[in-house]
Amino acid sequence: MLELQGLGRRFGEVAAVDGVTLSVPAGQMVGVIGRSGAGKSTLIRMVNRLTEPTAGRILFEGRDVTALRGRALRDWRARCAMVFQQFNLVQRLDVLTNVLVGRLNHRPTMSSLLKRFTDEERAMALAALDRFDLAAAALQRADTLSGGQQQRVAIARALLQEPRVILADEPIASLDPRSAKVVMDALRGLNRERGITVLCNLHHLDTAREYCDRIVAMQSGRVVFDGTPAELTAARVRDVYGVDEAEFEEQAAAAVRRSAANRAAPVAANAA
Amino acid sequence: MDALSFTAAGGGPAPSAWSPAVERGEAAYQAARRQRRNATLIALAVLTACLLASAWVSEAYPATLLAGLPRIGEYLWRILPSLRWDALLSGTDTEGSLAFWFYRLDSWAWLLFETANMAALATLFGASAALLLAFPAARNLSGGVPYQLARRFCEAMRTVPEIVFALILVWAFGVGALAGILAITLHTAGALGKLFAEAIENTDMRPWDAARAAGASWPECCRFAILPQALPNILSYALLRFETNIRSASVIGFVGAGGIGEELYKVISFNYYEEISAIILLVILAVASVDLLSERLRHRAIGALGGAT
Repeated sequence: MLELQGLGRRFGEVAAVDGVTLSVPAGQMVGVIGRSGAGKSTLIRMVNRLTEPTAGRILFEGRDVTALRGRALRDWRARCAMVFQQFNLVQRLDVLTNVLVGRLNHRPTMSSLLKRFTDEERAMALAALDRFDLAAAALQRADTLSGGQQQRVAIARALLQEPRVILADEPIASLDPRSAKVVMDALRGLNRERGITVLCNLHHLDTAREYCDRIVAMQSGRVVFDGTPAELTAARVRDVYGVDEAEFEEQAAAAVRRSAANRAAPVAANAA
Repeated sequence: MDALSFTAAGGGPAPSAWSPAVERGEAAYQAARRQRRNATLIALAVLTACLLASAWVSEAYPATLLAGLPRIGEYLWRILPSLRWDALLSGTDTEGSLAFWFYRLDSWAWLLFETANMAALATLFGASAALLLAFPAARNLSGGVPYQLARRFCEAMRTVPEIVFALILVWAFGVGALAGILAITLHTAGALGKLFAEAIENTDMRPWDAARAAGASWPECCRFAILPQALPNILSYALLRFETNIRSASVIGFVGAGGIGEELYKVISFNYYEEISAIILLVILAVASVDLLSERLRHRAIGALGGAT
């Protein structure tokens, strides 16, 4: 059970996320939808504390993860893996090492720095790649792969963390429709087979309806809808957002493109 | 017909023949040009004033310069070897031969070799220290006290010239190459620390986010998300520094810190004119060949880096 209690984040005067309370049972696949600046990305990045909340708390199986520091925080991050819109692989590194990054939390730092992974870990990585038909590409540089392949490598990396939760921040926004389907199927498969809880930001309502057990809609940092896909009818979308579905998706897609451009900047604004 | 008529008239049509838009445009163009010219003139005047002031403060008078110039020529003339065509290839005993000019080539060659080794070791040690310093000194990965400490330390190390470090270290470790190596190492660590940190600041931060989200510790994030991206630049800077360090190592012997510099200082102070030119020539040759070699090496290393980092 993952519980968000009154979770909030302010950037100066602006409240990106404002008092979000959700409780997600283990093994649920939740789609988070919303327009530009709705706070979905901030919300999801607060769960593994890549972004620090300024209000509220997060509980995982009753344990407060908002207060974790150092080793304990890193352990929590390893248990809730993240999949990014831009895949976030090291382009110059081979695919296998990129996947093994998912293992770093489980091993001593000194031997990691020397890149001394064990045979078992390599086997795990290759098995994860094989699951997504990428075992043959293990020794290729990541930048030789297509976007869809890179996202699958990123999911293999997440898998190596042996996570209980997967956070996916617009995982298919940079992909063509076919790759998008493969990636969503992969996330859905992990959710079904291993009972991994998935929290996934999406801007296609149809994708959310097709894959998720539950949809959470956000507007100006607040949850404005929380229910099953069946309950999110076209009429309900108009009620909540004041626009029809096509218009909503267009606005959401524009927001995704903007945030992608921001994050591609060489020097990120926020440091460790 | 218009174009023809105004070539025929020689001076062109009267200004009134142009439309108001053209006249306005022309006036604006002239005004802009005047403004630019004035700005240039003012900048030149300020620059000249600054130049004169600095010359006055540093006593760089043209008269002194003119008086000294011939003496440079005189010195150069003195250090030139007196070679004779007929004896050019004779042995060390014949005055006017190449062998006579370079009569101590064996010991000089050894000293040059020692100089190159000093530079290589100092570059290796300095670059290793710089690599450790660069991560805390990079704005995007670090902050607060560690950032300030690493940055300020790099600044302090590269502000102090090698020769000053060498003076202190010769006092501590005695005359010899060790003092020179350490002196160049310290300066290199400071200079490369800043350059490496800048290479790190130019990396893509998305893999960093991913490594952090996987629960990796700070050193692991540096190692896996940042180092592979920054490594080609880091290697290139280190090899460039090796070339600079060869030059530094050639003069650091002036204060007794080993290498060919000690010998050079000795022959300069004893006014062994021909030996000065012989040693300088050797140093130039050595530096040039290291430059060529390291440039090749740099390109090859960057090419070979491929994915295996």
